[in-house]
Amino acid sequence: MEISFQMVMSQVMLGLNNGVFYAILSLGLAVIFGLLNIVNFAHGALYMLGAYVALLGFTSLGPLIGMPDFHLNYWAALIVSPVVVGAFGIVVERTMLRRLYKFDHLYGLLLTFGLALIIQGVFTNFFNVSGDPYDAKPEILNGVVNLGFMMFPKYRLWVIVVSLLVCFGTWYVIERTKLGSYLRAGTENPELVKAFGVNVPLMITLTYGYGVALAAFAGVLAAPIYSVSPVMGSEMIITVFAVVVIGGMGSIMGSIVTGLLLGMVEGFTKVVYAPASSTVIFLIMVIVLLVKPAGLFGKES
Amino acid sequence: MNKYGMNRYVWVLLIVLGLVAPFVVYPIFMMKLLCFALFASAFNLLLGYTGLLSFGHAAFFGGASYVTGYLVKNSGLTPELGVLGGTLFAALLGYIVGSLAIRRQGIYFAMVTLALAQIVYFVALKAPFTGGEDGLQGIPRGDLFGLINLRHAYHVGGSPLGLNLYYFVFAMFCLGFWIIHRTIHSPFGQVLKAIRENEPRAVSLGYKVERFKLIAFVISAALAGMAGAMKSLVFQLASLTDVSWHTSGEVVLMTLLGGVGTVLGPLVGAFTVVTLQSELSSVGSWITVIIGSIFVICVLLFRRGFIGELGRLLKRSL
Repeated sequence: MEISFQMVMSQVMLGLNNGVFYAILSLGLAVIFGLLNIVNFAHGALYMLGAYVALLGFTSLGPLIGMPDFHLNYWAALIVSPVVVGAFGIVVERTMLRRLYKFDHLYGLLLTFGLALIIQGVFTNFFNVSGDPYDAKPEILNGVVNLGFMMFPKYRLWVIVVSLLVCFGTWYVIERTKLGSYLRAGTENPELVKAFGVNVPLMITLTYGYGVALAAFAGVLAAPIYSVSPVMGSEMIITVFAVVVIGGMGSIMGSIVTGLLLGMVEGFTKVVYAPASSTVIFLIMVIVLLVKPAGLFGKES
Repeated sequence: MNKYGMNRYVWVLLIVLGLVAPFVVYPIFMMKLLCFALFASAFNLLLGYTGLLSFGHAAFFGGASYVTGYLVKNSGLTPELGVLGGTLFAALLGYIVGSLAIRRQGIYFAMVTLALAQIVYFVALKAPFTGGEDGLQGIPRGDLFGLINLRHAYHVGGSPLGLNLYYFVFAMFCLGFWIIHRTIHSPFGQVLKAIRENEPRAVSLGYKVERFKLIAFVISAALAGMAGAMKSLVFQLASLTDVSWHTSGEVVLMTLLGGVGTVLGPLVGAFTVVTLQSELSSVGSWITVIIGSIFVICVLLFRRGFIGELGRLLKRSL
């Protein structure tokens, strides 16, 4: 088979498109893990929830509030969905996760696993597992753009650009601002930060809210590309876990870069040997475990 | 009370219960229960006694179920050889997964096992000999040692002859459970508990912690495989569900619900979950919601599980 430059580039670009989702989701996991020491198993389910908030806002919210002509449009969904899901996350943190901090970290994983089952189960009951289309893609993002070496769908390019902005914005806030320095200090030594008068419990709550809001944001971005289905999150979360194992959750930039790179590798694999594309990330994880067990950016505690 | 902290009358009672159960309860249900009880006990050896949370145990359970199904159906092996083959496969897989996973600790260990199990899932989905979405169906039960008829799963007209399969499964369960019991109460098991309680200290005492963890992982994987192998004979089916992360989660729930680190806990947990599943089969996919809710309640309210809480009340280890 002849492998042309065009083919490789187009798959790598599509891979980058997946990569930004891996990046946003693993970034969210890393932010949450840093402060809460919890691996948020519900992250995939909340990503799915984010997509459904956008979908239902578009199709069902109007009739529900007695205004059949009202549709929550895409731009509004990009704000509303993360806010709704973030608020849900805050409630979860306040009512459940908070009780577990003094116990083994594994309980946090188990609790969020249970939550993931509940959320996914509820949506499986009401919606088609094979997925529903989200038709609210704005006019302006239809069509393709010429990147010089290939024609690329405008919407996917938008997803890549806005995701990168959000990722690097988050990185900037955490690594370069005063608020971020509180967060990082809280990661290192919460007791000491508390002693300086910072409201650490509030900080933890908001961090969890922000982390899951990121997942919902990714869900809205994904909705017009993939069909919105109850299982979209569980397929995603396991891959993202592998990404997190490869990159290590110790570094914000590390999780962003790893996510992007692995998406592109996955796309590249599609050209070289398509059947391996769904497992290549897991195989890379195996290699990383053999060569650098702590992960590419990890520091072993 | 003997030195194992458990009254031996309890054991006698359990064995008698196991022997008469198929005359009272639907044998297929009992066999499913025994398979999952063994699966959960094997898992508990790792979580409860070594402190390692594997989120990929379905790979061993389901993987062995496929291998046994293939050996019995396509290679025409007798059931005991099929189960042996499945168990050995799970042990080998456990060695590979375990060697990789023990390179990371705690939460990472759970994620690594989950991701590696996903590779097994992909293989089961895509490989030419696993039947894809359909799985392996119509796996024959055959004759034990080529002699004893295992084809029936019920007693015909009051005759217990149809219960051969049940007693085979029960015997294998007892074997597996005995191996776990012996492992826990051996010097080896004491080292495992030391690792669970304080790994750095176990290292400083000179124990090769990695090797102990790996051996525990292989034993656990092999017995989980044995459970899966028998499951494929009982239901004559090896399916994608067996290797999926749902099954990995289910075994975590059984162990947690019954009581992590208790001998009887996984049995009670498996009994509860399997009973719930069969009683609530009419609610369809709401079962996922119910299972998830039990998870949440269990983690929030009684982390010790049924048997753990009971043990605390009775002030002894069960």
